Amino acid sequence: MKKMKPKSLILTGNGINCEYETAHAHTLVGFEPDLLHINGLVEDPAAIHKYTFLTLPGGFLDGDDLGSAKAQAVRWRYQKIGEKGKRFVDELIEFVAKGKIILGICNGFQLLVKTGLLPGLKGNYDTQTVTLTFNDSGRFEDRWVYLRGNQFSRCIFTKDIDTIYLPVRHGEGKLIVDASETLGQIRKDGHIVMQYCDERGHVTPEYPYNPNGSVDSAAGLCDETGRIFGLMPHPEAFIHQTQHPRWTREQVGEVGDGLRIFQNAFKYVIENQLGGTIDE
Amino acid sequence: MAHRIEIAYKAGTRDVPGEKLKKKIKRDMGFDVEAKVVDAYIIDAPLSADILNTLKTDVFVDPVIQEGYLDEPAPMEGDWAIEVSFKPGVTDNVGRTAREVIESLSGHRFEGGEGVYTSRVYFIKGTLSETDVIRLAEDMLANTVINRYVCKNGAQYEQERGMGAHAPTMGRGHEPTVEVFPITTGLKEIMRINRERTWALSADELRAIRRYFLAKNVIEARNKVGLTESPTDVEMEALAQTWSEHCKHKIFNAVIEYEEDGKKNTIDSLFKTYVMGSTDTIRRKKGRKDFCLSVFKDNAGVIRFNKKFNLAFKVETHNTPSALDPYGGALTGIVGVNRDPFGTGMGAKLVFNTDVFCFAPPDYRGSIPPRLLHPKRVLEGVREGVEHGGNKSGIPTVNGSLVFDMNYLGKPLVFCGTCGIMPRMIQGKPSYEKKACKGDAIIMVGGRIGKDGIHGATFSSEELSEVSPTSAVQIGDPITQKRMTDFLLVARDRGLYTSITDNGAGGLSSSVGEMAEDTNGCIVHLDRAPLKYQGLLPWEILLSEAQERMNVAVSPENLDKFLDLSKKMNVTSTVLGEFTDTGKFHILYGGKTVAYLDMDFLHHGLPKMKLAAKWERKIRDEKPIGEPQNYGDALMAILGRWNVCSKEYVVRQYDHEVQGGSVIKPLTGLNDNGPSDAAVVRPDLDSQEGAVVSHGICPKYSAFDTYHMMACAIDEAIRNNIATGGSLDRMALLDNFCWSDPVLSERNPEGSYKLAQLVRANKALHDYTTLFGTPCISGKDSMKNDYMFQDIKISVPQTILVSCLSVIKDMKKVMTIDFKGPGDLVIVVGTTYAEMGGTEYFSEYGLMGNIPPKVRGPLAKKTFKTVQKAIGMGIIRSCHDASDGGMGCALAESAFAGGLGVDVSLAAAPLVAIFRDDFLLFSESPSRFIISVKEEDLGTFTTLFKSVPFGVLGKTRKDKRFVVRGLQGKQILDISIDALLDAWQMPFKKHFSA
Repeated sequence: MKKMKPKSLILTGNGINCEYETAHAHTLVGFEPDLLHINGLVEDPAAIHKYTFLTLPGGFLDGDDLGSAKAQAVRWRYQKIGEKGKRFVDELIEFVAKGKIILGICNGFQLLVKTGLLPGLKGNYDTQTVTLTFNDSGRFEDRWVYLRGNQFSRCIFTKDIDTIYLPVRHGEGKLIVDASETLGQIRKDGHIVMQYCDERGHVTPEYPYNPNGSVDSAAGLCDETGRIFGLMPHPEAFIHQTQHPRWTREQVGEVGDGLRIFQNAFKYVIENQLGGTIDE
Repeated sequence: MAHRIEIAYKAGTRDVPGEKLKKKIKRDMGFDVEAKVVDAYIIDAPLSADILNTLKTDVFVDPVIQEGYLDEPAPMEGDWAIEVSFKPGVTDNVGRTAREVIESLSGHRFEGGEGVYTSRVYFIKGTLSETDVIRLAEDMLANTVINRYVCKNGAQYEQERGMGAHAPTMGRGHEPTVEVFPITTGLKEIMRINRERTWALSADELRAIRRYFLAKNVIEARNKVGLTESPTDVEMEALAQTWSEHCKHKIFNAVIEYEEDGKKNTIDSLFKTYVMGSTDTIRRKKGRKDFCLSVFKDNAGVIRFNKKFNLAFKVETHNTPSALDPYGGALTGIVGVNRDPFGTGMGAKLVFNTDVFCFAPPDYRGSIPPRLLHPKRVLEGVREGVEHGGNKSGIPTVNGSLVFDMNYLGKPLVFCGTCGIMPRMIQGKPSYEKKACKGDAIIMVGGRIGKDGIHGATFSSEELSEVSPTSAVQIGDPITQKRMTDFLLVARDRGLYTSITDNGAGGLSSSVGEMAEDTNGCIVHLDRAPLKYQGLLPWEILLSEAQERMNVAVSPENLDKFLDLSKKMNVTSTVLGEFTDTGKFHILYGGKTVAYLDMDFLHHGLPKMKLAAKWERKIRDEKPIGEPQNYGDALMAILGRWNVCSKEYVVRQYDHEVQGGSVIKPLTGLNDNGPSDAAVVRPDLDSQEGAVVSHGICPKYSAFDTYHMMACAIDEAIRNNIATGGSLDRMALLDNFCWSDPVLSERNPEGSYKLAQLVRANKALHDYTTLFGTPCISGKDSMKNDYMFQDIKISVPQTILVSCLSVIKDMKKVMTIDFKGPGDLVIVVGTTYAEMGGTEYFSEYGLMGNIPPKVRGPLAKKTFKTVQKAIGMGIIRSCHDASDGGMGCALAESAFAGGLGVDVSLAAAPLVAIFRDDFLLFSESPSRFIISVKEEDLGTFTTLFKSVPFGVLGKTRKDKRFVVRGLQGKQILDISIDALLDAWQMPFKKHFSA
């Protein structure tokens, strides 16, 4: 039998800059990733439906000039594409409705939040209810953080993940909600998938464990299907042992924590027969 | 009428930029105020009310935390409103993005004269006088070189309904005309015009130009294309740029009469004799092991990386622009050097950045001479410029340092480096070569042309003074560049172009001129170039140093494919002309010839400079200092010096791990806060090979003898590299000279001494690179790092940055500086001499010293090889180079980085003529390492180091006590490593992050 790997899609261009290592992570877990320039979607928005897993990598879309990922979010929300005048967010909603999965990392998470796709409370993907804004420190920072996974979440990406260690590299990662009801809803429906914690796994608001001052120390959110997931820290940045900041002095496994998120994505795609087969 | 939209934070949400500003005002100016920040957009275009409303309620705001105001001012909160906007023509990146978004939402295409402009309004609440407010505006919020600002008090703001919607348009400008300069008038008149126009040409050069234009055959040829014998402004400007010190390195290529101790000899080109000379020798000696592929001929040096890839590395400086506008200058510096490896060979993908900055101390309290900015402001601006340039381009900043000296007040030095990776072969040809062919189209790719950076090349070839043109300042745009590089890498791999180079200093004039050497000629139509705004003169189009532009040569059969791909990837590409073999640099505007120069004259007509250099030895008479009463205080004082202290504040704001190749990060150890000696990067995630990158810089030794300064910088660069696991076998260097004016003149009586300093530095470069077998593959010199205003002259200390790149087979065989466990043996490798000249220790007490550190070459080489071998064998647990602050600081850093104390005795250290504990602790003798090993490995270590001096100083402790016994066996130090860490972290915490 011919080996078929599930095809995944990674967006690039216009300021996205983590596509290379993100594609590396996709390949390592078994996907066959394609890179597509984000402008290509204006010509052929339906191109995404050939794939089972879409990743919006980190970077600085449009230089974050109107606020992080804002310019792109606005294009996706307002720009009418093609003869049918469909917006690109509608394609994304359709993509997820088919049981497919989306991962937004850092700037990709900011994009998902600003289009309204996350947290998408009660399935409403059209209204922005939370935002990711300036860190309390007022600075961009590159530092590693501990994260605790929410065992009760539906998120398919974080299944069986207890605590992991990843770097954050952002200036606008502080999660804020528009109203206290939103926060209640987010908590109630298990949208907060990952939280900043200390090295022992206790969730804490304390800097620098919580590097940006996010409400509830939230580092990542999912939608109510658990198939759209956004995360400020970079899972693709901890795939190999040597990416760990202290691998020269501590016992660090060969495989980095971040790979588990991509492995979960792969497992989900295979188990749900979304595309591709693999040899056992 | 232009519309104005203001964006303010909603009541009850945090205004983080405002809070940050409030803290900064308190810390730097001492005012207790409340501050609010409002962003404003001025939209000068006919848009529907619908679109304007969407801009106000969504596009420009974050609806969760902000609120928009359309054509009404945001409610004032405070006593003063200060609006800071860009002067007309200054790059406004946010405005550009806003315009693009509006175009895609509304379908409206912005026409000439229409635009979006951004500004910031600061509401300040507090008891400030108008003078205070102006000081706040000028010293912190606005830089009058690029900004205009308006202050209004509450009543004015109310009465005038806010700040008003004034669009900073460029106006129509002048009709594009071409001026000619009569060549028959005397030299005196040409000299006058030369000064007036910042051509920076010498009398000799002007004579050569006159001779050329008056030649009979030249006049005949010119007449045929409709020109007279008199040169046009386009021609004179092109010559001035091409012949500038910046582009031609006239001083490095000059014939120098050098005098030392009464002996005279002639040096024909420092560059050929010493820099290229040593590289040639080393490559010949390496024979089949030579790893250099392209040196000193392209935009960056290229070496072999592994079976699949090559590396291209370049370091540049951007000093004068950073003095005038630290943010824009440094941003342009980093995105500018990115284009060097990108424009090397067929183009390299950029994999890491390096940065080294030299400033006056940020806590400087003296007066600031005219046109200069406070060093703290310079530091913050430069830091932020490199942050935005590097982070937004997705290139990790992996290695760098900050160096402080009072004499950088007149000009900061901003070194930016970039390394790129390229496949060894592209379309079946070696990637490091390129050649434009006759008939290929000349295509400019990327940004548009404006007045930015005009005369950058000539202006950096003169000292900074009251007449320096501000038009030389430019602001980079990392996103336009990222789009361009993304596109060109695809075009490269599809084989769509035959040659590529960047548009940097000298603009199209330099870039097209250089590429045209391949075919010996070109035709360029300047009126086809895309402009940012109307009204540029032809020579301005040719000379503009507007950023984010590359030039490529595309063969006719690939032209459509190239332009099509460019359009798809949202990148502007314009055909400007074609490469010819006519031997002429032929420039037209509106179909008329505006420049017609012989290629040979343009590139090779420059007469050689003749200079004199005289070396003098200087001895200072100083009183010695006594031994410190308290060694703990002394060590903490040295750790807290600007040159030694933690730079974590800067490092953390740079993304140092994007692209996933980070193996050794700039910060290391138990709590990720120790200072790494070098970075290790894995540019190809599918292979085990690594690149080790480090640098050496020690301008403080220049005052004694630049020969030894250069030797120490090379030693330091290599030492840092070796300490981290680098390999001397495959190691390349880059040399960047930043000198104060070495040309003798009435205004510069020290010129011949400074030139002798340059000669001596070059001699050392030759001697030590040859000895170590480490070739220089690329470099740069910046020769006029002086500030002059009336009788104030500030010259930078003669500065060399040596950057060092080595390639290793296994990126897991690398090393960090932190002690790893209790009970390990602590060893010093290398001999300490009483070399206190220029040390941090002497400087702390206001002394210079007379004996600077010297490199004992052959022993240093043996030491490096042995340490390299020991790290490769896996018997070393930690390794740290001893440099600024000597053995004392190196021990402290390894200790607090590892979270472990030590118990050491100085008596075990190899030394020569040292009788004092303080000299032993703080001497900065080069070629030394602090190493830790497991006790059971001492035997192996001793055998390995049999011909290298070393001493076992003691052991690491499991607690945090840092205990040191002196030469006489007496305990001189017992202090907690926490106290040492605090002292080391204090300066930036106190002055920046608090």
